[in-house]
Amino acid sequence: MQIFSRTWSLTKIRLRLAMRNRAFFFFSLIMPLIFLVGALFFVGNRKEQWSGYILGAILTTTVMGSFWGLSVQLVTFREQGILRRFRLAPVGAGPMLASSIISNYFMSIPVVLFEIFVCRWAFHAGTWGDLWAMALLVTVGSATFSSLGLIIASVTNTMQETQMINNLLWMAFLFLSGATVPLAIFPGWLQRVALFIPAQYLATGLESATSKLATGREVLEDGIALSVGLLVAFDISRRLFRWEPEAKVPRTAKLWAVAALVPFLLFGAWENIYGARLERVSSNFHAIEHEVVPEQAPGSH
Amino acid sequence: MGESIIRVEALYKSYGLVEALRGVTFEVSEGEVFGLLGPNGAGKTTTVEILEGLRTADRGTAEVCGLNPERAGERLKEVIGAVLQSTALPAKLRVREALDLFANFYPRRANVDQLLGRFQLEEKAHAFYSELSGGQKQRLALALALVNDPKVVFLDEPTAGLDPQVRREIYDIIEELRHSKKTVLLTTHYIEEAERLCDRVAIVDHGRVMALGTPRELKQNSAGTTRLEIRLARPAANGTLAHLDGVSGCREFDGGYVLHSTRPPQTIVALVKQLEAENNELQSLEMFSPSLEDVFIELTGRRLRE
Repeated sequence: MQIFSRTWSLTKIRLRLAMRNRAFFFFSLIMPLIFLVGALFFVGNRKEQWSGYILGAILTTTVMGSFWGLSVQLVTFREQGILRRFRLAPVGAGPMLASSIISNYFMSIPVVLFEIFVCRWAFHAGTWGDLWAMALLVTVGSATFSSLGLIIASVTNTMQETQMINNLLWMAFLFLSGATVPLAIFPGWLQRVALFIPAQYLATGLESATSKLATGREVLEDGIALSVGLLVAFDISRRLFRWEPEAKVPRTAKLWAVAALVPFLLFGAWENIYGARLERVSSNFHAIEHEVVPEQAPGSH
Repeated sequence: MGESIIRVEALYKSYGLVEALRGVTFEVSEGEVFGLLGPNGAGKTTTVEILEGLRTADRGTAEVCGLNPERAGERLKEVIGAVLQSTALPAKLRVREALDLFANFYPRRANVDQLLGRFQLEEKAHAFYSELSGGQKQRLALALALVNDPKVVFLDEPTAGLDPQVRREIYDIIEELRHSKKTVLLTTHYIEEAERLCDRVAIVDHGRVMALGTPRELKQNSAGTTRLEIRLARPAANGTLAHLDGVSGCREFDGGYVLHSTRPPQTIVALVKQLEAENNELQSLEMFSPSLEDVFIELTGRRLRE
C-alpha cells in the first residue's frame, strides 16, 4: 500500500508543479490549439467534413507531447540534483516514473476536452466522435508515449543529447504516423514503413474514433498495440532509471531502449503480412475527401 | 559510550584509477556526534554516501543500525536522515509542500509544523524553493533530513559556502540534535566545526583515517605542544632552531618557521639569544595553543585547505 500512497503524493506535487509552469501551458494548450485552428482554416469551407479527422490528428499530437515533456523534465531534475534528494527517501524508480506518467495524463485531460469542445462548437464538427474509444486511446497513448520519453531520458546524459534524440523521434512520430500528413496519401512502401511506428496506432485509432465514430471495440487493436508497448516501455524505463547525473549509462542501456520498440515491430510485421489496416485507413480518408458538403437551407447557418 | 550504530571496516572504493578510500575503518556510538575531518578529495563524501546506500564499496564492511546499506534499501532509508553536499528541490515547490511530501514517504513522521518552527521556516512556509536564501535552503535540507525522526543523521559539509551567521545557526541545530540523542555523522573541512560540535573526530586524508579520537585526545596526542610561528629577517642557520630549549619539532612554513614547543617561555628566551648570536632579527612571533589544524599538519604535512 505504501507504494501507492507514495506514488499518489508524488503525483499531486507534480500536478501542482505543472500548474505553476508557464511553459507547460504554452506547449500543452496554446500550441495544439494553434495547430487545430490553423489546420481547420487550411481546409477552408470543407471544415465540417474535416474537423473530426483533424481533431483526431490534433489529439494525437497532444497525447504524443507527453513523450517530449517528460523526458526533458526528468533530465532537468537529474541534472539539477533533484533526483538525488528523492533517492535518499524510500521512493523507488517505479513511483517516481508512475507519478510523472499519471500526473501528465491528468494534465492532458482538460487539454483534450478543450480541443474537442473547440472543434465541435467553433468549427461545427458534425459529431463528438466515439468518446469511449477516444478515452481509451488517449489514456493508453498518453502512458505509452510518456514511458517512451522516460526511456530516452535514461539513456541520454545531457539535455542537448535528449533534445536531439527527441527531435529525431518526434519528427518520425509526427510525419510518419498520419498525425500531420494523412497516411493514405503516402506512397505504398512508406505506408508499410509507417506500420512500425508507435504513433501510427494512436493516430489511426483516434482519427477513426473522431471522424468515423469507431467504437472502443473497433479501435481495440490500436489499444492493444499501445498497451503492450506501454508495459514493455514502462518496465524498461524503470530498469534504466538513473538518479545521479554522473551515473554512467550502462552499455546495454541503448539495446534496452531499442527493445522498447519490439512490440511495435512485431505488430508492424503482423499488419504488413496479415492486416487490413492500410485499406481501412485509405477508405476512411477517401470517404471524408469525397463527402459532399450539405447545402445550407436559407435562413439556417 | 553507547553501542555502535555505525560500523565501517576496511572500506575501499576506487573511481577508475583514483583510489577514493583505502581501508577506512571507524565506529560511531549511538547518540554520538562523530566528525570526518579532512580536505576536499579526502574520501569523506564517498564514505558517507556508501553509508547512505547511494554508492557501493569495492571492498570492506559498512553497517548502519545493523543494516547493510547496499542491501537494506527502504529499511535503511526509513531510519536515516541526510543532508547531501549537493542537492536541490524543484524551483516551484513550496517549503511546506516539500516537508509534507517527504513526510508522506515514511511510516514514522515528525510533526511538520514543529519542524517549520524549529528551523525558523514558518514565515517561509509558502515560499518557493527558488525564493529561499542559501541559509534557508540549508535549514530546509536539515528539516527534510529530520522529517522521518531518524536514528542516524548524515550531514555532508552542512555549512560549506554559508556565511558565518548562518553557520552558527546550523551549529545550534546540530547541538540540538546532540541533546535529542540523535547519532550524527558530520563531514567537514572546518576545524572550528569539528572542535566545537564533535564528540569524536576521524582525521581523513587520501582515503585513509590518519587519527581518531576526541578533539582533546587528538590535540594531546600531538605532543601537547604549543605552536610558535616566527618570521626572521634572514634564514636561520641550519638546524639551530630545532635544538632550542623546549622545541620538539621545527619546519619551514610559508616563508617562516613553525616551532612546536613543550615549554614556550624557555623557547622564546632561547630563540632571542640565538638570533642575537647570529645577528639576525625577529620580525614576528605568533603563539597558538594546539588545534586540530596542528594535528592535521603534523599528520599530513599540509594545511586542511591547501
